[in-house]
Amino acid sequence: MGTWTWFHKLASPPHFYRIAGRLVPWFGIPAVLLTAAGIYGGLVLAPPDYQQGDAFRIIYVHAPSAWLSLMCYTTMAAAAAVGLVWRIKLAHALAAASAPIGASFAFLCLATGSLWGRPMWGTWWEWDARLTSQLLLLFLYLGYMALRSAFDDLQRADRASAVLAIVGVVNVPVIHFSVYWWNTLHQGSTVLRKGGPAMPLSMLVPLLTCFLGFTLAYAALACVRVRGEVLQRERNAAWLRELSAT
Amino acid sequence: MSGLTTGLARAAWLVFERDVRLAFRRWEQVTHPVVFFVMVATLFPLALSPEPALLRLVAPGIVWVAALLSSLLALETLFRADLDDGTLEQLTLSGQPLAWLLLAKTLAHWLLSGVPLAIAAPLVAASLAAPGSAAPVLVTSLFLGSGVLSFLGAVGAALTLGSRKGSVLLSLLVLPLAMPVLIFGARATDLAMRGEAAGGPLLLLAAMLILAVTLAPLACSAAVRISLE
Repeated sequence: MGTWTWFHKLASPPHFYRIAGRLVPWFGIPAVLLTAAGIYGGLVLAPPDYQQGDAFRIIYVHAPSAWLSLMCYTTMAAAAAVGLVWRIKLAHALAAASAPIGASFAFLCLATGSLWGRPMWGTWWEWDARLTSQLLLLFLYLGYMALRSAFDDLQRADRASAVLAIVGVVNVPVIHFSVYWWNTLHQGSTVLRKGGPAMPLSMLVPLLTCFLGFTLAYAALACVRVRGEVLQRERNAAWLRELSAT
Repeated sequence: MSGLTTGLARAAWLVFERDVRLAFRRWEQVTHPVVFFVMVATLFPLALSPEPALLRLVAPGIVWVAALLSSLLALETLFRADLDDGTLEQLTLSGQPLAWLLLAKTLAHWLLSGVPLAIAAPLVAASLAAPGSAAPVLVTSLFLGSGVLSFLGAVGAALTLGSRKGSVLLSLLVLPLAMPVLIFGARATDLAMRGEAAGGPLLLLAAMLILAVTLAPLACSAAVRISLE
Protein backbone atom coordinates (compact mmCIF):
# COMPACT_ATOMS: atom_id res chain seq x y z
CA MET A 1 0.00 0.00 0.00
CA GLY A 2 2.79 2.35 0.94
CA THR A 3 4.14 2.38 -2.59
CA TRP A 4 0.84 3.80 -3.85
CA THR A 5 0.55 6.76 -1.52
CA TRP A 6 2.50 9.00 -3.91
CA PHE A 7 -0.06 8.11 -6.53
CA HIS A 8 -3.03 8.92 -4.32
CA LYS A 9 -1.41 12.14 -3.26
CA LEU A 10 -1.04 13.05 -6.91
CA ALA A 11 -4.82 13.08 -7.20
CA SER A 12 -5.12 15.91 -4.68
CA PRO A 13 -5.36 19.26 -6.48
CA PRO A 14 -3.03 21.35 -4.24
CA HIS A 15 -0.35 18.68 -4.39
CA PHE A 16 -0.64 18.25 -8.11
CA TYR A 17 -0.71 22.00 -8.65
CA ARG A 18 2.68 22.31 -6.97
CA ILE A 19 4.20 19.24 -8.67
CA ALA A 20 2.96 20.29 -12.11
CA GLY A 21 4.36 23.76 -11.60
CA ARG A 22 7.75 22.30 -10.80
CA LEU A 23 7.60 19.88 -13.73
CA VAL A 24 6.90 22.49 -16.41
CA PRO A 25 10.53 23.59 -16.90
CA TRP A 26 11.73 19.97 -16.68
CA PHE A 27 9.52 19.11 -19.61
CA GLY A 28 9.55 22.45 -21.36
CA ILE A 29 13.27 23.16 -21.63
CA PRO A 30 14.23 19.71 -23.02
CA ALA A 31 11.23 19.99 -25.34
CA VAL A 32 12.49 23.25 -26.81
CA LEU A 33 16.09 22.01 -27.06
CA LEU A 34 15.20 18.64 -28.57
CA THR A 35 12.73 20.12 -31.04
CA ALA A 36 15.24 22.77 -32.08
CA ALA A 37 17.96 20.13 -32.48
CA GLY A 38 15.64 17.81 -34.40
CA ILE A 39 14.44 20.59 -36.69
CA TYR A 40 18.03 21.71 -37.31
CA GLY A 41 19.08 18.14 -38.00
CA GLY A 42 16.12 17.62 -40.28
CA LEU A 43 16.25 20.87 -42.20
CA VAL A 44 20.01 21.37 -42.46
CA LEU A 45 22.01 18.24 -41.68
CA ALA A 46 19.88 15.50 -43.23
CA PRO A 47 20.49 14.85 -46.94
CA PRO A 48 17.67 15.63 -49.39
CA ASP A 49 15.48 12.72 -50.37
CA TYR A 50 16.42 11.14 -53.67
CA GLN A 51 12.84 11.31 -54.92
CA GLN A 52 11.20 14.14 -53.03
CA GLY A 53 14.18 16.44 -52.71
CA ASP A 54 13.88 18.97 -49.95
CA ALA A 55 10.10 18.73 -49.78
CA PHE A 56 10.26 15.64 -47.60
CA ARG A 57 11.65 17.75 -44.76
CA ILE A 58 8.17 18.73 -43.69
CA ILE A 59 7.97 15.23 -42.20
CA TYR A 60 9.90 16.55 -39.20
CA VAL A 61 6.81 18.49 -38.17
CA HIS A 62 4.17 16.40 -39.87
CA ALA A 63 4.84 12.94 -38.42
CA PRO A 64 5.33 14.02 -34.77
CA SER A 65 2.08 16.03 -34.99
CA ALA A 66 0.22 13.00 -36.30
CA TRP A 67 1.61 10.86 -33.51
CA LEU A 68 0.70 13.41 -30.86
CA SER A 69 -2.81 13.97 -32.17
CA LEU A 70 -3.44 10.26 -31.63
CA MET A 71 -1.61 10.12 -28.31
CA CYS A 72 -3.57 13.09 -26.97
CA TYR A 73 -6.84 11.39 -27.86
CA THR A 74 -5.78 8.20 -26.10
CA THR A 75 -4.61 10.15 -23.06
CA MET A 76 -7.84 12.11 -23.05
CA ALA A 77 -10.01 8.99 -23.22
CA ALA A 78 -7.96 7.16 -20.60
CA ALA A 79 -8.08 10.15 -18.26
CA ALA A 80 -11.80 10.53 -18.89
CA ALA A 81 -12.39 6.86 -18.04
CA VAL A 82 -10.35 7.18 -14.84
CA GLY A 83 -12.30 10.30 -13.94
CA LEU A 84 -15.62 8.64 -14.64
CA VAL A 85 -14.90 5.43 -12.75
CA TRP A 86 -13.03 6.75 -9.71
CA ARG A 87 -14.52 10.23 -9.78
CA ILE A 88 -11.12 11.90 -9.74
CA LYS A 89 -11.55 15.54 -10.65
CA LEU A 90 -7.93 15.88 -11.71
CA ALA A 91 -8.33 13.17 -14.33
CA HIS A 92 -11.20 15.16 -15.85
CA ALA A 93 -9.00 18.23 -15.72
CA LEU A 94 -6.30 16.36 -17.65
CA ALA A 95 -8.84 15.21 -20.26
CA ALA A 96 -10.15 18.75 -20.64
CA ALA A 97 -6.61 20.09 -20.91
CA SER A 98 -5.53 17.52 -23.51
CA ALA A 99 -8.36 18.13 -25.98
CA PRO A 100 -7.30 21.55 -27.34
CA ILE A 101 -3.66 20.42 -27.53
CA GLY A 102 -4.63 17.32 -29.45
CA ALA A 103 -6.90 19.29 -31.75
CA SER A 104 -4.05 21.72 -32.45
CA PHE A 105 -1.69 18.88 -33.33
CA ALA A 106 -4.34 17.28 -35.55
CA PHE A 107 -4.75 20.61 -37.31
CA LEU A 108 -0.99 21.06 -37.61
CA CYS A 109 -0.72 17.57 -39.08
CA LEU A 110 -3.44 18.34 -41.64
CA ALA A 111 -1.94 21.71 -42.53
CA THR A 112 1.56 20.31 -43.03
CA GLY A 113 0.12 17.33 -44.91
CA SER A 114 -1.66 19.72 -47.21
CA LEU A 115 1.54 21.73 -47.75
CA TRP A 116 3.38 18.51 -48.43
CA GLY A 117 0.72 17.34 -50.84
CA ARG A 118 1.06 20.42 -53.01
CA PRO A 119 4.53 19.66 -54.45
CA MET A 120 4.25 15.86 -54.15
CA TRP A 121 0.76 15.08 -55.43
CA GLY A 122 0.14 18.42 -57.14
CA THR A 123 -2.88 19.22 -54.99
CA TRP A 124 -3.56 20.87 -51.65
CA TRP A 125 -6.02 18.26 -50.62
CA GLU A 126 -6.18 14.63 -51.61
CA TRP A 127 -8.91 12.32 -50.31
CA ASP A 128 -6.19 10.05 -49.12
CA ALA A 129 -7.05 7.62 -46.33
CA ARG A 130 -4.51 9.05 -43.94
CA LEU A 131 -5.57 12.64 -44.47
CA THR A 132 -9.25 11.76 -44.25
CA SER A 133 -8.99 9.76 -41.05
CA GLN A 134 -6.92 12.58 -39.56
CA LEU A 135 -9.67 15.01 -40.55
CA LEU A 136 -12.25 12.81 -38.82
CA LEU A 137 -10.05 12.75 -35.73
CA LEU A 138 -10.06 16.56 -35.76
CA PHE A 139 -13.88 16.43 -36.00
CA LEU A 140 -13.99 14.12 -32.98
CA TYR A 141 -11.90 16.63 -31.02
CA LEU A 142 -14.16 19.47 -32.11
CA GLY A 143 -17.25 17.52 -31.06
CA TYR A 144 -15.69 16.80 -27.68
CA MET A 145 -14.84 20.45 -27.11
CA ALA A 146 -18.26 21.57 -28.32
CA LEU A 147 -19.95 19.23 -25.85
CA ARG A 148 -17.78 20.52 -23.02
CA SER A 149 -18.64 24.11 -23.79
CA ALA A 150 -22.37 23.36 -23.92
CA PHE A 151 -22.65 22.83 -20.17
CA ASP A 152 -22.52 25.53 -17.53
CA ASP A 153 -22.03 23.01 -14.77
CA LEU A 154 -18.41 21.86 -14.86
CA GLN A 155 -19.03 18.46 -13.29
CA ARG A 156 -21.74 17.64 -15.77
CA ALA A 157 -19.49 18.77 -18.61
CA ASP A 158 -16.75 16.53 -17.26
CA ARG A 159 -18.86 13.41 -17.06
CA ALA A 160 -20.82 13.88 -20.29
CA SER A 161 -17.68 14.58 -22.29
CA ALA A 162 -15.99 11.60 -20.64
CA VAL A 163 -18.70 9.31 -22.02
CA LEU A 164 -18.20 10.85 -25.45
CA ALA A 165 -14.43 10.40 -25.28
CA ILE A 166 -14.86 6.72 -24.44
CA VAL A 167 -17.43 6.18 -27.20
CA GLY A 168 -15.05 7.96 -29.53
CA VAL A 169 -12.05 5.84 -28.63
CA VAL A 170 -14.05 2.66 -29.30
CA ASN A 171 -14.96 4.12 -32.67
CA VAL A 172 -11.53 5.37 -33.70
CA PRO A 173 -10.35 1.95 -35.01
CA VAL A 174 -13.66 1.39 -36.82
CA ILE A 175 -13.42 4.80 -38.47
CA HIS A 176 -9.75 4.32 -39.26
CA PHE A 177 -10.18 0.96 -40.97
CA SER A 178 -13.36 1.88 -42.79
CA VAL A 179 -11.67 4.98 -44.21
CA TYR A 180 -8.73 2.87 -45.40
CA TRP A 181 -11.09 0.36 -46.92
CA TRP A 182 -13.09 3.11 -48.61
CA ASN A 183 -9.96 4.62 -50.05
CA THR A 184 -8.39 1.47 -51.40
CA LEU A 185 -11.65 0.63 -53.13
CA HIS A 186 -12.18 4.03 -54.64
CA GLN A 187 -8.83 4.83 -56.10
CA GLY A 188 -5.95 2.84 -57.32
CA SER A 189 -4.30 5.61 -59.25
CA THR A 190 -2.78 7.80 -56.56
CA VAL A 191 0.91 7.16 -56.36
CA LEU A 192 1.86 7.52 -52.76
CA ARG A 193 5.43 6.48 -52.46
CA LYS A 194 5.30 5.09 -48.98
CA GLY A 195 8.00 2.67 -48.02
CA GLY A 196 10.73 2.77 -50.61
CA PRO A 197 14.22 2.45 -49.19
CA ALA A 198 14.50 2.45 -45.43
CA MET A 199 15.33 5.82 -43.99
CA PRO A 200 19.07 6.40 -43.52
CA LEU A 201 20.23 7.19 -40.03
CA SER A 202 20.97 10.81 -40.87
CA MET A 203 17.27 11.32 -41.57
CA LEU A 204 15.93 9.07 -38.86
CA VAL A 205 17.81 10.49 -35.88
CA PRO A 206 16.45 14.04 -36.30
CA LEU A 207 12.95 12.57 -36.76
CA LEU A 208 13.15 10.61 -33.52
CA THR A 209 14.54 13.69 -31.77
CA CYS A 210 11.54 15.65 -33.03
CA PHE A 211 9.18 12.92 -31.79
CA LEU A 212 10.68 13.13 -28.33
CA GLY A 213 10.74 16.94 -28.35
CA PHE A 214 7.09 17.18 -29.42
CA THR A 215 6.00 14.63 -26.82
CA LEU A 216 7.80 16.54 -24.08
CA ALA A 217 6.21 19.73 -25.37
CA TYR A 218 2.83 18.07 -24.93
CA ALA A 219 3.76 17.10 -21.37
CA ALA A 220 4.80 20.68 -20.57
CA LEU A 221 1.68 22.15 -22.20
CA ALA A 222 -0.53 19.65 -20.41
CA CYS A 223 1.03 20.60 -17.06
CA VAL A 224 0.40 24.29 -17.71
CA ARG A 225 -3.15 23.67 -18.87
CA VAL A 226 -4.03 21.33 -16.00
CA ARG A 227 -2.75 24.00 -13.60
CA GLY A 228 -5.11 26.41 -15.28
CA GLU A 229 -7.97 23.94 -14.97
CA VAL A 230 -7.17 23.40 -11.29
CA LEU A 231 -7.17 27.17 -10.67
CA GLN A 232 -10.55 27.46 -12.33
CA ARG A 233 -12.06 24.49 -10.52
CA GLU A 234 -10.67 25.27 -7.08
CA ARG A 235 -11.08 29.02 -7.19
CA ASN A 236 -12.99 29.03 -3.90
CA ALA A 237 -10.77 26.55 -2.09
CA ALA A 238 -8.92 27.56 1.06
CA TRP A 239 -5.51 26.30 -0.10
CA LEU A 240 -5.57 28.63 -3.09
CA ARG A 241 -6.31 31.62 -0.91
CA GLU A 242 -3.40 30.68 1.32
CA LEU A 243 -1.20 30.25 -1.72
CA SER A 244 -2.05 33.66 -3.12
CA ALA A 245 -1.62 35.28 0.30
CA THR A 246 1.99 34.16 0.60
CA MET B 1 -34.55 -7.07 -6.44
CA SER B 2 -37.37 -9.07 -4.98
CA GLY B 3 -39.90 -6.25 -5.17
CA LEU B 4 -40.01 -6.35 -8.95
CA THR B 5 -43.00 -8.05 -10.44
CA THR B 6 -42.25 -7.18 -14.04
CA GLY B 7 -39.78 -9.39 -15.85
CA LEU B 8 -37.11 -8.04 -18.17
CA ALA B 9 -38.85 -9.08 -21.36
CA ARG B 10 -42.15 -7.64 -20.21
CA ALA B 11 -40.54 -4.34 -19.17
CA ALA B 12 -38.80 -3.99 -22.52
CA TRP B 13 -42.00 -4.79 -24.37
CA LEU B 14 -43.94 -2.18 -22.36
CA VAL B 15 -41.41 0.53 -23.22
CA PHE B 16 -41.32 -0.53 -26.85
CA GLU B 17 -45.09 -0.67 -27.18
CA ARG B 18 -45.53 2.68 -25.46
CA ASP B 19 -43.16 4.41 -27.86
CA VAL B 20 -44.76 2.84 -30.93
CA ARG B 21 -48.23 3.74 -29.69
CA LEU B 22 -47.18 7.32 -28.99
CA ALA B 23 -45.67 7.60 -32.42
CA PHE B 24 -48.92 6.49 -34.02
CA ARG B 25 -50.71 9.20 -32.05
CA ARG B 26 -48.21 11.79 -33.26
CA TRP B 27 -47.90 10.55 -36.78
CA GLU B 28 -45.96 13.58 -38.06
CA GLN B 29 -43.06 12.49 -35.89
CA VAL B 30 -42.68 9.53 -38.26
CA THR B 31 -43.57 11.23 -41.53
CA HIS B 32 -41.59 14.47 -41.23
CA PRO B 33 -38.13 12.83 -41.41
CA VAL B 34 -39.26 10.86 -44.47
CA VAL B 35 -40.50 14.02 -46.17
CA PHE B 36 -37.20 15.68 -45.29
CA PHE B 37 -35.35 12.70 -46.78
CA VAL B 38 -37.23 13.04 -50.09
CA MET B 39 -36.72 16.82 -50.13
CA VAL B 40 -32.96 16.60 -49.57
CA ALA B 41 -32.71 14.04 -52.37
CA THR B 42 -34.64 16.44 -54.62
CA LEU B 43 -32.06 19.16 -54.01
CA PHE B 44 -29.30 17.27 -55.78
CA PRO B 45 -30.76 17.02 -59.31
CA LEU B 46 -31.62 20.72 -59.03
CA ALA B 47 -28.12 21.62 -57.89
CA LEU B 48 -26.14 19.28 -60.12
CA SER B 49 -27.96 18.50 -63.34
CA PRO B 50 -31.03 16.53 -64.43
CA GLU B 51 -28.79 14.35 -66.61
CA PRO B 52 -29.72 10.67 -65.81
CA ALA B 53 -26.21 9.38 -66.56
CA LEU B 54 -24.69 11.72 -63.97
CA LEU B 55 -27.43 11.11 -61.42
CA ARG B 56 -27.05 7.36 -61.73
CA LEU B 57 -23.38 7.77 -60.87
CA VAL B 58 -23.99 9.74 -57.66
CA ALA B 59 -27.34 8.20 -56.64
CA PRO B 60 -25.97 5.89 -53.88
CA GLY B 61 -24.17 8.78 -52.24
CA ILE B 62 -27.15 11.10 -52.47
CA VAL B 63 -29.58 8.57 -51.02
CA TRP B 64 -27.22 7.77 -48.18
CA VAL B 65 -26.34 11.36 -47.30
CA ALA B 66 -30.02 12.28 -47.33
CA ALA B 67 -30.83 9.30 -45.11
CA LEU B 68 -28.04 10.22 -42.69
CA LEU B 69 -29.27 13.82 -42.38
CA SER B 70 -32.83 12.68 -41.98
CA SER B 71 -31.90 10.24 -39.22
CA LEU B 72 -30.14 13.08 -37.41
CA LEU B 73 -33.36 15.05 -37.60
CA ALA B 74 -35.35 12.15 -36.19
CA LEU B 75 -33.03 11.86 -33.17
CA GLU B 76 -34.46 15.09 -31.80
CA THR B 77 -37.66 13.30 -30.81
CA LEU B 78 -35.98 10.33 -29.14
CA PHE B 79 -35.67 11.62 -25.58
CA ARG B 80 -36.84 15.23 -25.58
CA ALA B 81 -40.55 14.68 -24.81
CA ASP B 82 -39.75 11.96 -22.25
CA LEU B 83 -37.34 14.27 -20.49
CA ASP B 84 -39.89 17.08 -20.37
CA ASP B 85 -42.73 15.01 -18.90
CA GLY B 86 -40.55 13.06 -16.49
CA THR B 87 -40.86 9.65 -18.15
CA LEU B 88 -37.12 9.32 -18.49
CA GLU B 89 -36.69 9.91 -14.78
CA GLN B 90 -39.29 7.27 -13.99
CA LEU B 91 -37.50 4.78 -16.24
CA THR B 92 -34.29 5.48 -14.35
CA LEU B 93 -36.00 4.99 -11.00
CA SER B 94 -38.00 1.92 -12.05
CA GLY B 95 -35.44 -0.55 -10.71
CA GLN B 96 -35.16 -2.20 -14.10
CA PRO B 97 -31.74 -1.97 -15.79
CA LEU B 98 -31.77 1.37 -17.55
CA ALA B 99 -29.57 0.15 -20.42
CA TRP B 100 -32.10 -2.55 -21.17
CA LEU B 101 -35.04 -0.15 -21.22
CA LEU B 102 -33.10 2.24 -23.44
CA LEU B 103 -32.31 -0.64 -25.76
CA ALA B 104 -36.05 -1.22 -26.15
CA LYS B 105 -36.61 2.49 -26.62
CA THR B 106 -33.93 2.73 -29.29
CA LEU B 107 -35.30 -0.34 -31.07
CA ALA B 108 -38.68 1.39 -31.25
CA HIS B 109 -36.97 4.49 -32.60
CA TRP B 110 -35.18 2.42 -35.23
CA LEU B 111 -38.49 0.86 -36.29
CA LEU B 112 -40.16 4.27 -36.50
CA SER B 113 -37.36 6.25 -38.17
CA GLY B 114 -35.15 3.78 -40.01
CA VAL B 115 -37.69 1.45 -41.53
CA PRO B 116 -39.73 4.23 -43.18
CA LEU B 117 -36.49 5.52 -44.73
CA ALA B 118 -35.65 2.05 -46.02
CA ILE B 119 -39.12 1.80 -47.55
CA ALA B 120 -38.98 5.24 -49.16
CA ALA B 121 -35.43 4.81 -50.45
CA PRO B 122 -36.16 2.72 -53.62
CA LEU B 123 -38.55 5.43 -54.81
CA VAL B 124 -35.96 8.13 -54.28
CA ALA B 125 -33.29 5.98 -55.92
CA ALA B 126 -35.55 5.34 -58.91
CA SER B 127 -36.08 9.08 -59.32
CA LEU B 128 -32.30 9.40 -59.50
CA ALA B 129 -32.21 6.93 -62.41
CA ALA B 130 -30.83 4.08 -60.30
CA PRO B 131 -31.68 0.63 -61.70
CA GLY B 132 -34.47 -1.22 -59.89
CA SER B 133 -32.27 -4.27 -59.48
CA ALA B 134 -30.29 -2.46 -56.76
CA ALA B 135 -33.40 -1.92 -54.62
CA PRO B 136 -33.06 -5.02 -52.38
CA VAL B 137 -29.49 -4.16 -51.44
CA LEU B 138 -30.38 -0.51 -50.94
CA VAL B 139 -33.25 -1.41 -48.61
CA THR B 140 -31.11 -3.91 -46.68
CA SER B 141 -28.21 -1.49 -46.32
CA LEU B 142 -30.50 1.29 -45.10
CA PHE B 143 -32.26 -1.08 -42.73
CA LEU B 144 -28.98 -2.18 -41.13
CA GLY B 145 -27.33 1.25 -41.35
CA SER B 146 -30.24 3.15 -39.84
CA GLY B 147 -30.04 0.76 -36.89
CA VAL B 148 -26.43 1.71 -36.25
CA LEU B 149 -27.34 5.37 -36.66
CA SER B 150 -30.21 5.03 -34.17
CA PHE B 151 -27.99 3.44 -31.55
CA LEU B 152 -25.05 5.81 -32.03
CA GLY B 153 -27.42 8.73 -32.21
CA ALA B 154 -29.15 7.66 -29.01
CA VAL B 155 -25.84 8.11 -27.17
CA GLY B 156 -25.43 11.56 -28.71
CA ALA B 157 -29.02 12.52 -27.96
CA ALA B 158 -28.67 11.40 -24.34
CA LEU B 159 -25.41 13.36 -23.95
CA THR B 160 -26.89 16.58 -25.29
CA LEU B 161 -30.08 16.34 -23.20
CA GLY B 162 -28.80 18.55 -20.42
CA SER B 163 -27.07 21.08 -22.66
CA ARG B 164 -28.24 24.44 -23.87
CA LYS B 165 -27.78 24.01 -27.62
CA GLY B 166 -29.30 20.74 -28.70
CA SER B 167 -29.50 20.04 -32.40
CA VAL B 168 -26.33 21.51 -33.91
CA LEU B 169 -24.27 20.02 -31.12
CA LEU B 170 -25.90 16.64 -31.68
CA SER B 171 -24.87 16.72 -35.34
CA LEU B 172 -21.30 17.65 -34.41
CA LEU B 173 -21.09 14.68 -32.06
CA VAL B 174 -22.80 12.05 -34.17
CA LEU B 175 -21.63 12.79 -37.72
CA PRO B 176 -17.95 11.81 -37.30
CA LEU B 177 -19.01 8.59 -35.60
CA ALA B 178 -21.47 7.85 -38.40
CA MET B 179 -18.90 8.00 -41.21
CA PRO B 180 -18.23 4.24 -41.33
CA VAL B 181 -21.95 3.58 -41.80
CA LEU B 182 -22.06 6.06 -44.66
CA ILE B 183 -18.98 4.52 -46.28
CA PHE B 184 -20.24 0.94 -46.21
CA GLY B 185 -23.88 1.76 -46.90
CA ALA B 186 -23.09 3.82 -49.96
CA ARG B 187 -20.50 1.28 -51.04
CA ALA B 188 -22.98 -1.63 -50.87
CA THR B 189 -25.53 0.35 -52.88
CA ASP B 190 -22.92 1.36 -55.42
CA LEU B 191 -21.80 -2.25 -55.90
CA ALA B 192 -25.38 -3.44 -56.31
CA MET B 193 -26.05 -0.76 -58.93
CA ARG B 194 -23.09 -1.98 -60.94
CA GLY B 195 -24.48 -5.49 -60.66
CA GLU B 196 -21.68 -6.73 -58.44
CA ALA B 197 -21.90 -8.72 -55.21
CA ALA B 198 -22.58 -6.42 -52.25
CA GLY B 199 -22.31 -9.02 -49.50
CA GLY B 200 -19.06 -7.70 -48.00
CA PRO B 201 -20.14 -4.19 -47.03
CA LEU B 202 -23.55 -5.48 -45.95
CA LEU B 203 -21.93 -7.95 -43.58
CA LEU B 204 -19.70 -5.21 -42.21
CA LEU B 205 -22.78 -3.06 -41.64
CA ALA B 206 -24.39 -5.98 -39.81
CA ALA B 207 -21.25 -6.38 -37.69
CA MET B 208 -21.34 -2.69 -36.80
CA LEU B 209 -25.02 -3.05 -35.91
CA ILE B 210 -24.24 -5.90 -33.53
CA LEU B 211 -21.46 -3.87 -31.95
CA ALA B 212 -23.73 -0.85 -31.59
CA VAL B 213 -26.65 -2.83 -30.14
CA THR B 214 -24.31 -4.43 -27.62
CA LEU B 215 -22.36 -1.41 -26.42
CA ALA B 216 -24.36 1.72 -27.20
CA PRO B 217 -27.16 1.16 -24.64
CA LEU B 218 -24.55 1.01 -21.86
CA ALA B 219 -23.04 4.35 -22.90
CA CYS B 220 -26.54 5.68 -23.42
CA SER B 221 -27.67 4.79 -19.91
CA ALA B 222 -24.55 6.42 -18.43
CA ALA B 223 -25.32 9.54 -20.47
CA VAL B 224 -28.97 9.62 -19.41
CA ARG B 225 -28.00 9.35 -15.75
CA ILE B 226 -25.56 12.25 -16.15
CA SER B 227 -28.20 14.35 -17.88
CA LEU B 228 -30.79 13.70 -15.18
CA GLU B 229 -28.54 14.65 -12.26
